[in-house]
Amino acid sequence: MNSGRTTLRDEHKLRAKIRTLTDGLATGLAVLATVLVVAPLVAIFIYLVYKGAVSLNWAFFTHNPVPVGEKGGGMANAIVGSAILLAVGSVIGIPMGIAGGIFLAEFGRGTKLANAIRFTADVLNGVPSIVMGIAVYSLVVVPQGHFSAFSGGVALGIMMIPTVCRTTEEMLLMVPNAVREAALALGVPNWRSVLSITVRTASPGIITGCMLAFARVAGETAPLIFTAFGNVGWSEKLSEPIAALPLQIYVYALSPYDEWHRLAWAGALVLIVLIVLAVSLVRYVTSRGVLKGAS
Amino acid sequence: MGVGIEVTNLNAWYGTNHTLQEINLNIPANHATALIGPSGCGKSTFVRCLNRMHETNPIARVTGTVLIGGLDIYADAKPVEIRRRVGMVFQRPNPFPTMSIYDNVAAGLKLNGYTNHHVLDEIVERSLKNSALWDEVKDDLKKKSGASLSGGQQQRLCIARALAVDPEVLLMDEPASALDPVSTSKIEDLIFQLKSQYTIVIVTHNMQQAARVAEKTGFFLNGRMVEFDSTHKIFTNPTDKRTEDYITGRFG
Amino acid sequence: MTRIRFQQSLEELKEQLLRMAGLAEQSIQRAIEAYRVRDLSICDLVNRSEMAINRLEREIDQAALDLLAMEQPMAVDLRFILSVIKINADLERVGDAAKAISDRVRNMEQMAQADLPVDIPRMAELAAEMVRKSLQSFIEGDADLARAILTLDDAVDAMNRAAYKALTKVMEEESHLAPQALNALMISRALERIADHATNIAEDVIFWVQGADVRHHKSLKTAPDPHAMG
Repeated sequence: MNSGRTTLRDEHKLRAKIRTLTDGLATGLAVLATVLVVAPLVAIFIYLVYKGAVSLNWAFFTHNPVPVGEKGGGMANAIVGSAILLAVGSVIGIPMGIAGGIFLAEFGRGTKLANAIRFTADVLNGVPSIVMGIAVYSLVVVPQGHFSAFSGGVALGIMMIPTVCRTTEEMLLMVPNAVREAALALGVPNWRSVLSITVRTASPGIITGCMLAFARVAGETAPLIFTAFGNVGWSEKLSEPIAALPLQIYVYALSPYDEWHRLAWAGALVLIVLIVLAVSLVRYVTSRGVLKGAS
Repeated sequence: MGVGIEVTNLNAWYGTNHTLQEINLNIPANHATALIGPSGCGKSTFVRCLNRMHETNPIARVTGTVLIGGLDIYADAKPVEIRRRVGMVFQRPNPFPTMSIYDNVAAGLKLNGYTNHHVLDEIVERSLKNSALWDEVKDDLKKKSGASLSGGQQQRLCIARALAVDPEVLLMDEPASALDPVSTSKIEDLIFQLKSQYTIVIVTHNMQQAARVAEKTGFFLNGRMVEFDSTHKIFTNPTDKRTEDYITGRFG
Repeated sequence: MTRIRFQQSLEELKEQLLRMAGLAEQSIQRAIEAYRVRDLSICDLVNRSEMAINRLEREIDQAALDLLAMEQPMAVDLRFILSVIKINADLERVGDAAKAISDRVRNMEQMAQADLPVDIPRMAELAAEMVRKSLQSFIEGDADLARAILTLDDAVDAMNRAAYKALTKVMEEESHLAPQALNALMISRALERIADHATNIAEDVIFWVQGADVRHHKSLKTAPDPHAMG
């Protein structure tokens, strides 16, 4: 046997060195992974700004598209159109999604109906957006006989439902049972407890779910092709076809005109910025009401 | 004012599990009664049968009679009505996390439709004073959330919340088990004061606590009530050997 | 079985008390022997035991206090520790009484032998038997045996009253024997006190085992209280 003590100390030193190296390596890999994920996003955004910012001017936001060759023109109607479509879609999708989520979490837990609803939502989530567009075409556009903002809103709304529903359910399930029991023990009826206590406690998460759904459908193009259809001018009524940013960008990008390509880049930039702004605004408004120290 | 509770042939099941068997006892009005027993003996289930919280579990079933102040709470009343007359404080403090202190205390009233601000203000103040929390929070009633208080304060907040709906009975399921000794003492002193206005039933693992606050004590074991007598008798010279084995720690 | 350490502590407390009891009983035996053979060296032994008894009394009280403070004993355990504390005090007084007897014997050594109309050995035998039985009931936790002792006390009290009568008569009629008679009287009183302490020990055993407080049953009797005399 060799001199025990000295060898042991050396061994400890070696192990410590290996540990530090492994630690550094793991940290490095984690940072690398993050960069790899974030880099494309940043790259896209920078490229968008590069390509699109040049075409941004006041006219872009205030004028409607003009025929090829003419100067000026913008996407005012598309911006407003997207807003209207998203509003209609939200009105349809969010209440239904939240109601579904509440049912799944609070009233139907474990029932066969709940399982069926959950399954349907998951399937709906996986339906390709073009198929959704065709479905709404058959269900709404054909009977009505014309394209419309309404049908576009319906398509977007249906696409929002699964996300809103599942997130609502998850957030409600995260509310600790102790909170529900506290309400029930006070002699509050179950429905009142669910609405005023459980849903209220889960509302930050539910709102996040809604915003996720919103952000996702804000950029959808395929479902709008056969429903909203697009419009070169303003739409007066919901029963008329309506312009939408993604749709406009799609049409312009595929066109052979450089001018329209530039407008498409600008549109893409505006679309992303508007989505980010909308989400931030919602976050800001809802966080105003939160108390000091509340979870 | 508190009322008495008469329990006759109470049996309770969770699915096929016969959790409570033939429970018979009378809980006196305006006294504190402690329920002791090892984990899983049914004492918490029993207490939840007294305000029909047992039923929130879909596989729960109850037979037998529970009379609270002479009212048969299973045959002649709805759960929601009973729970307004029989308040409950839980083991872990559970204030509503999104609500202010004021709203927490007023929750039982607001959620049942009371909106008169003056009346609510008065009730909130009185409840907080009755639960010895008023002085500590009176300046932050609407500014701080219920969850920002310390553990002992949160529990007193939950007590205030339960008192605000003016129950006749107060059920406490191990109210101080999550608290430090100082907070525990405060809660025990509180129970002492509340006894004169309410009937209190307190489930506890802590025998010294039962001895300190309750006039009567019931020992539960395996779903049955083995012995129910004055606290003095139970802790100095119990009749049943099983009771003695439990309280001297010779169990098992 | 839980609380093993606590159980062992209770056993140790019991053993300590029994050691104390052994010393007390030994003191009684020696004091009576000293009276019988008038041997002063035995009186010295009694004095030395007295110191040991006092030391043990302090140790037992301390151990009992520790158990009360640290272990939160309940029901039978609580009654047991309380009984130990009381029996401890009674045994210490038994030791004191034995020493008192031994002091009287020392005093009588200088005096002439006298034939007195009092059966000290018989009284001593009874008192010693009561102490032995009460300790036996403690060792075995036997409440019935303890109750039997309560009745024996009456016999000792009767003998003490008779001794009082007889010895006062001696002091009046044969005054030259007064010193011996007085010493004999004090020995008789000491033996009566030993019997009382044995009764107390028996009562404490009943309290421990059955939770019943049977003290002061004598206060129900209508006979003149022997404790009232000087």
